Amino acid sequence: MDWQIIVDSIPALLEGMGLTVQLTLISLVAGFFLAIPLGVMRLSSNPIFSAPALGYVFFFRGTPLLVQIFLIYYGSGQFRPFLQEVGLWEFFREAYFCALLTLILNTAAYTTEIFRGGIQAVPHGEVEAARACGMSGFTLYRRIILPKALRLALPAYSNEVVFLFQSTSLVSIITLMDLTGVARVIVARTFDVYEIYITAGLIYLVVTYGILWVFRTVEFKLSGHLRDRAVDPVEALKLHP
Amino acid sequence: MFDLKGYGWMLWEGLSITLMVGFCSLLLAMVMGLLGAWGKLSRNKAANLTATTYTTVIRGIPELLLLLIIFYGTPTLIQNTAESMGFDILLDFNPFIAGVLTLGFIYGAFATEVFRGAFLAIPKGQGEAARAMGMSRMLAFRRILMPQMWRFALPGLGNVWMVLIKATALVSVIGLEELMRKSYIAMGAIKLPFTLFFAAAMMYLAITAVSMLGQRYVERWANRGIRRA
Repeated sequence: MDWQIIVDSIPALLEGMGLTVQLTLISLVAGFFLAIPLGVMRLSSNPIFSAPALGYVFFFRGTPLLVQIFLIYYGSGQFRPFLQEVGLWEFFREAYFCALLTLILNTAAYTTEIFRGGIQAVPHGEVEAARACGMSGFTLYRRIILPKALRLALPAYSNEVVFLFQSTSLVSIITLMDLTGVARVIVARTFDVYEIYITAGLIYLVVTYGILWVFRTVEFKLSGHLRDRAVDPVEALKLHP
Repeated sequence: MFDLKGYGWMLWEGLSITLMVGFCSLLLAMVMGLLGAWGKLSRNKAANLTATTYTTVIRGIPELLLLLIIFYGTPTLIQNTAESMGFDILLDFNPFIAGVLTLGFIYGAFATEVFRGAFLAIPKGQGEAARAMGMSRMLAFRRILMPQMWRFALPGLGNVWMVLIKATALVSVIGLEELMRKSYIAMGAIKLPFTLFFAAAMMYLAITAVSMLGQRYVERWANRGIRRA
């Protein structure tokens, strides 16, 4: 075990982690806002809305992320003349743009399915009560269904955040310098295979459990009304007038 | 629809290797999962700690990095250890075996949770009754718990399979010529990247679709005779 090489490579690895976190955050936010309308569409009784959402979700959840990345990164080359004509080639030429686009589309599909589950889990009585109060359509969704559905979807969503965070490591295959990418370059230069990869793995491990801890805290805060009140044994024994 | 200029056979070859890696890894993952579940539920402190560390570490690190660690790290580690003991060996991993070992090892951690949940889902009285009838722990496990566990484990195992078969695409990184790698090689020859990768995507999609149908069928078979509310 060569400790010096580990210490020397930590700054570069953390820089790689910066890109990993950046990719994760941007795709999460964009995927989230794509997924809300998609989730509502997915549950529409009108097939004109539900069929495209269903196809989209099926494609992105049914194929490996690596195929999706290659499809956009290498595949766009097949349409180069067209993309140049409409001025989009500048973007598709960049590995960063292709990686980000794929991650956004991918996480949006998974998040859509999570929101669908959340929306379907909203107790029907609450929807009926809202209808009885005169709410309908957009108001019903905004005030009653979505807030409740998002809270119900939180545990599943925290899993998706962790999976997305980990799957960003695939962008290293198309030359991006995320944590995995940096580790691969250092290993190719120094041949200290397991020192570097295990250090990188530990960094991923710490951040993963950090993310899970944050979500557990948020879940705890959001479910206060569902828990029994904390009872102070001394107070409980006192007689209340 | 797909004009692959005569390179279609390469994709079919790749598909068969993808499926083979997938099946072998699933088998290994199930063995690891049963071992892990036994460790997690066992009263033996050491087994408990080992199983918990296994699932915690595996689920916290991306598959790609684990694949690189196992494929490149293990031979180096063994060689270095042997060298320090005065031996000079050269180890070379076969990518198929390395891929199966890695994927089986990773998804074993997920299968552990599935099996653990399934064993816990069996009413406690079942095991107790078996013990009261005079069966040993091992016999009660084999005759009573194991057959009932599968019904609860099937939905989770189906999920593990569907995630695992998609993860086989990563094995292309260590040079195994499965579907992704074959598509990549064919791309060098016919310069139709989108068509090739789209065809590959459709193959993965077909596996997913068939798996979903198969899962529904197997679950119905396993739940025959169970009354539903």
